Amino acid sequence: MTVDETIRQVLTDHGRLAVAVDSISEDTDLFGAGMTSHASVNVMLALEDAFDFEFSEKMLKKSTFESIAAIRSGVLEMTGG
Amino acid sequence: MTHVSDVAPMTRAGDVAARMTAIADEVAGPAAADVDDKGRFPIETIDALKAEGLLAALVPVEFGGGGASLEEVSQGLVALGRRCASSAMILAMHHIQVACLVRHGHTGALRSYLQELAEHQNLLASATTEVGTGGDVRSSVCAVEVTDGRFRLEKQAPVISYADDSDAVLVTARRTADSPESDQVIVLCRPPGLELEQVGEWNALGFRGTCSTGFVLRATGDADEVLPESYADISTHTMLPMAHLMWSSVWLGIASDAVDLARRFVQREARRKPGTMPPAALRLADVTVVHQQFVDMVQSSLARYAAAGTDADRLSSIGFGVGMNALKVSSSTLVVDIVRECMLICGLASYRLDTPFSLGRHLRDAMGASLMVNNDRIMANNAQMLLVLRGE
Repeated sequence: MTVDETIRQVLTDHGRLAVAVDSISEDTDLFGAGMTSHASVNVMLALEDAFDFEFSEKMLKKSTFESIAAIRSGVLEMTGG
Repeated sequence: MTHVSDVAPMTRAGDVAARMTAIADEVAGPAAADVDDKGRFPIETIDALKAEGLLAALVPVEFGGGGASLEEVSQGLVALGRRCASSAMILAMHHIQVACLVRHGHTGALRSYLQELAEHQNLLASATTEVGTGGDVRSSVCAVEVTDGRFRLEKQAPVISYADDSDAVLVTARRTADSPESDQVIVLCRPPGLELEQVGEWNALGFRGTCSTGFVLRATGDADEVLPESYADISTHTMLPMAHLMWSSVWLGIASDAVDLARRFVQREARRKPGTMPPAALRLADVTVVHQQFVDMVQSSLARYAAAGTDADRLSSIGFGVGMNALKVSSSTLVVDIVRECMLICGLASYRLDTPFSLGRHLRDAMGASLMVNNDRIMANNAQMLLVLRGE
């Protein structure tokens, strides 16, 4: 799976969005799409497992998880991709 | 933009705590037993605060308010909490709502409402919980519907404290009828577009003067009176930290008065037998240590919030959230611990309802602290956040 596919799979499994993950763009506001702060923690844990890394303290903020594009940029920054 | 209130002398920064203390001693204290006994709104205390312009203590000076610091307001709440915890809790809840408007009410209509609040000393109430959400304030069933620049909203609220005596209610709701339940906004609802239908009564163990009954709330108004930012952000940046700081100040007031009574009790015993250490003197020394922890915790938490300022990343960081939740859990636990210790010091004089050392109302009020937003819910939130907190 590509990075984006993995992110979308994690969101499907843990994001608890009010809409289908396939139907949103990479810039859709995930919190506006129904992701709660609780769900975002699970998304984060699943991303760390899927990509085998840990987000740094400074990345543990809402904006890191606000969209697929933001998540991808965070993942790539932390995995050196 | 400045203007002078016509109901009160301008609140002067620097003396807010002293003026709140005077009202606590001269008005709230004498009325406290009757407020508690009848479970009635402490109208004389709130009127006294209004007459001094103190409901706008946290409103910036340029909007006609007092421009007071949180430290001053916290000190005033401690003083009021010593004399009448119901009055202090009402004022605490009001200031939490005011802070949300000051920090997040960036529309023309909300800016002019802040001036109106300062001029008329309006009392704000809050409707966050809702029937059908299981006590989770971060999700809503009801939704804002906007047509032609006007909003419409109906909410089944299990609790709106002192709604009947308030001048406006800040209400959470889904942003639109199509929004998911977690996509919430805050709406300023006020007369003439506000209708409140009371459901049930408030007959509780403590905080009896807060009149925390349920209501069906129906409101219409200018769409500009919907706060533009998401409730999630307003909650994280302002409502939650403010609530935990202001509530903790009230509970510290309850604990402080209990410690005062215990100290007076021990000193009375000491005067009766000079040279003999009263049996409860060591226990008083113990409870004084715990009380100082409480004082210092509230002060350091106020400093932590002030240091974060309006830095969104800092306010939304996991460490900050865990810390503010820890404050609420600690202070709501300490207030009960301290009152219980003081009861052991004063003995039956505190258990009786007809002595100067009675601690019955203190204990009943204190027991509410861990229940209003249940500590178990807060600890579950912290447990969740600790799954990802870094120790960096």
